[in-house]
Amino acid sequence: MTEKEMWFWLVNAKGVGNKRIKLLLNHFKDIRAIYHASSKEIMKVSGIGERCVQGLLQEKAFFKRKYDRMNRLGISFIVKGDACYPERLKEIDDAPYALYVRGKLPDQEKRSIAIVGARDCSDYGKEMALWFAKELSEAGMQVVSGLARGIDGYAHEGAIRAGRPTYAVLGSGIDVCYPEEHLSLYHTMITQGGVISEYGLGVHALAGQFPMRNRIISGMCDGILVIEAKEKSGSLITADMGLEQGKDIFSVPGRIGDRLSQGCNNLIKMGAYLVQEPSDILSNYHYCAKATKKEWKKNNYMLETKEKIVYANLSYNPKHINELIIDTEYTLNEIMDCLVSLELKGYIRQTVKNYYILCND
Amino acid sequence: MFSKSYCAVLQGMCAHIVQVEADLSDGLPVFQLVGYLGSQVKEARERVRIALKNSGYKLPVKKITVNLSPADIRKEGTSYDLSIAIAILSSMGVVENHELHNILFIGELSLDGTIQSVKGVLPIVYEAKMQGFTSCILPKANEQEGRMVEGIHIFGAESLRQVVKHLSGQECIQESKVNVWNLKRAGRTNGLDFRDVVGQELVKRAIEIAVAGHHNLLMAGPPGSGKTMLARRISGIMPELAFSEAMEISKIYSIAGLLNEEHSFITERPFRAPHHTITAHALVGGGIVPSPGEISLASGGVLFLDELAEYKRNVIESLRQPMEERSITLSRLNLNYSFPSSFMLVGATNLCPCGFYPNRNKCKCTQKQIRSYIGKISKALLDRIDIFTETIEIPYDKLRMNARESSDEIRKRVEKARKMQQDRYHNCKIQFNAELTPQLIKESLVMEQEEVQFLQTMYDKLHLTARSYHRLLKVARTIADLAGEEKIALSHLQEAVFYRGTDNLGEWEGVR
Repeated sequence: MTEKEMWFWLVNAKGVGNKRIKLLLNHFKDIRAIYHASSKEIMKVSGIGERCVQGLLQEKAFFKRKYDRMNRLGISFIVKGDACYPERLKEIDDAPYALYVRGKLPDQEKRSIAIVGARDCSDYGKEMALWFAKELSEAGMQVVSGLARGIDGYAHEGAIRAGRPTYAVLGSGIDVCYPEEHLSLYHTMITQGGVISEYGLGVHALAGQFPMRNRIISGMCDGILVIEAKEKSGSLITADMGLEQGKDIFSVPGRIGDRLSQGCNNLIKMGAYLVQEPSDILSNYHYCAKATKKEWKKNNYMLETKEKIVYANLSYNPKHINELIIDTEYTLNEIMDCLVSLELKGYIRQTVKNYYILCND
Repeated sequence: MFSKSYCAVLQGMCAHIVQVEADLSDGLPVFQLVGYLGSQVKEARERVRIALKNSGYKLPVKKITVNLSPADIRKEGTSYDLSIAIAILSSMGVVENHELHNILFIGELSLDGTIQSVKGVLPIVYEAKMQGFTSCILPKANEQEGRMVEGIHIFGAESLRQVVKHLSGQECIQESKVNVWNLKRAGRTNGLDFRDVVGQELVKRAIEIAVAGHHNLLMAGPPGSGKTMLARRISGIMPELAFSEAMEISKIYSIAGLLNEEHSFITERPFRAPHHTITAHALVGGGIVPSPGEISLASGGVLFLDELAEYKRNVIESLRQPMEERSITLSRLNLNYSFPSSFMLVGATNLCPCGFYPNRNKCKCTQKQIRSYIGKISKALLDRIDIFTETIEIPYDKLRMNARESSDEIRKRVEKARKMQQDRYHNCKIQFNAELTPQLIKESLVMEQEEVQFLQTMYDKLHLTARSYHRLLKVARTIADLAGEEKIALSHLQEAVFYRGTDNLGEWEGVR
């Protein structure tokens, strides 16, 4: 029996979490010793009770089959001692003893950035997530996030659109896609990047597991970019953990009063880097920022006067055609003309039907 | 002695003349009522007997038989009482009138001999006139209603004695000459004008187009942004009611028993806004003897379904067939009842449970909640809606602005566009652009290269489906009609794009 299989046995045993594994390791020093220890010996360890020993014994009967099944599914099992275990992750307190991986782990030679934010994000947040993920990954950084709805999903999406690998850390079992609507994203990432989890086959997505997941996200990265976060948000937990782990915190600012930007603005107040474009992050890691300098589409393009005015009235916050009529005081027909031609030229884009925002690419 | 009088039975929208035959013969004293009667009609025996007694007429000690013919039609309702009483009085020799075969009687008797109002007077009087009756005696309360039919004398009676005196020529009932139609038309307005609605230019235009082409319409927007306010004004920009249309609509209201002395004729296009807890039967019509539902009461006008996502699914599904057929047929044991249902459907909905999406500062709903809320609206219903539009919240300083146009101005354009459709479709089966089939669209829409190119681009860019593409063309056709042009130009297509509907409202969820 290999040590890896023994580790598999240990992390899968019921009632044995990271804390108890630590206790066991401190006592026995070695995984082999734990595996071969009798239940009496194990009971001697302080903090280990009857139920724990039961769990360990029961698991001995099953884990072999589970291990084979995992291998058949093409899921790799990586323990702390392995060479491919992420170096950055080792450094954190309470690092997971083992990881399940579908696809690849992030390249350790390259810089990684975590992009996190609100699940029910605004269109502004969505645009920013797509844009930052695209630009950063094109420059060579690896985008890591949590496959959640909202910002997380758009960050992965942006990297995939750029044709670069991106990595997701799950709060559920490695073979459980949560939320379900990201199933296609999940499968794309297995081939283009990787899906990583601390939890084994079939573990449901439970609320308590997500803060734990966040420490892995922050642990694997060099910096954390928070795009949209409410005053109390899971993304702030990630940022907090990142801070404890000594990572750089970046935050995209928002307007005062925007509910979804309060968390971000608070971070800035507390000393996070204020980020206005991807190059702000890239220069921090000595990447060449030249290629990413955003070319803002300004009025020096060939637009008619009316189109210019309509364009000037739009921003990254979606605006409805009715609002444009109120703001510009043009007639409905004039506005429609402008909008259609601006959209066809690629200056603006619809988010929700008839709500327009500026276009990025 | 044998004698006859006439009344009528109502079957759906049309009435049939019923002959009431009374006979007095020797035998045991008994009062028999035959002729396939419903229970309300069976009870007429007691009402008539006592009403006759209390009006001072003594029933002879004879065998009285009354037959309602034709005997194979089921008779329901209470409007036969008066006719039965007159037939008996005539056979007793109390009423001696040789014109009885030219008079139709409608009315329910109460025990003291007064005549009570009944439902469905208008279609009965209409049928009486068609069948060549010269006069009609009906309850005083229904007099105005009956008077709307021209070419027949209408006498409103209050009691049985009065009717007997009238028939015997002792004291004729005065015929009133008030014409509600002319009265109402003089002061025609419900006080709701599009001038009251500020901002929302896109929606107003969408409504104008929807009315012009008889398209169904769906408005989405946050609470309080004016969806209901706009909907209430829609019937005001529809073309004015012609008398024949008003007659059809009034008949429905008469059958439903919604006409009374003050409100005896429908002179304005109906606006019906049933609450979202309505049942399918109340919406499409129902009952043992079916009475018209909201869709029939909205015929010729607007059926407004506010909070569309809150309606029960089976209620919404029941709308599908009547929307297509423009009439509803309800089958019962004895008969199939048909009511018209040629309404314009106007729906209103929020985009999420709290209503403020896509304003993320106010909306706290998750993407999943938004999706499931919008997903509640029946796809089959959405397929039948051509125009989708959004309302927005209006900033305070704009609330005091003056709107640009009044309902009258908009109505003039609508009437012009309707005229163009009439001319175009006068030898087709259809009347409005909304009814265009893909085949007819292909035949009737000629476009230049430039327009075809634009459609191609939009089709790809907006991920249209074949169905939404056809809807877009129908709407473009109406926009061209409003502009008074036979050929669809690029600008018409461009505008139609703004009212497009996606098949699953995905664009309103913000996911594509």
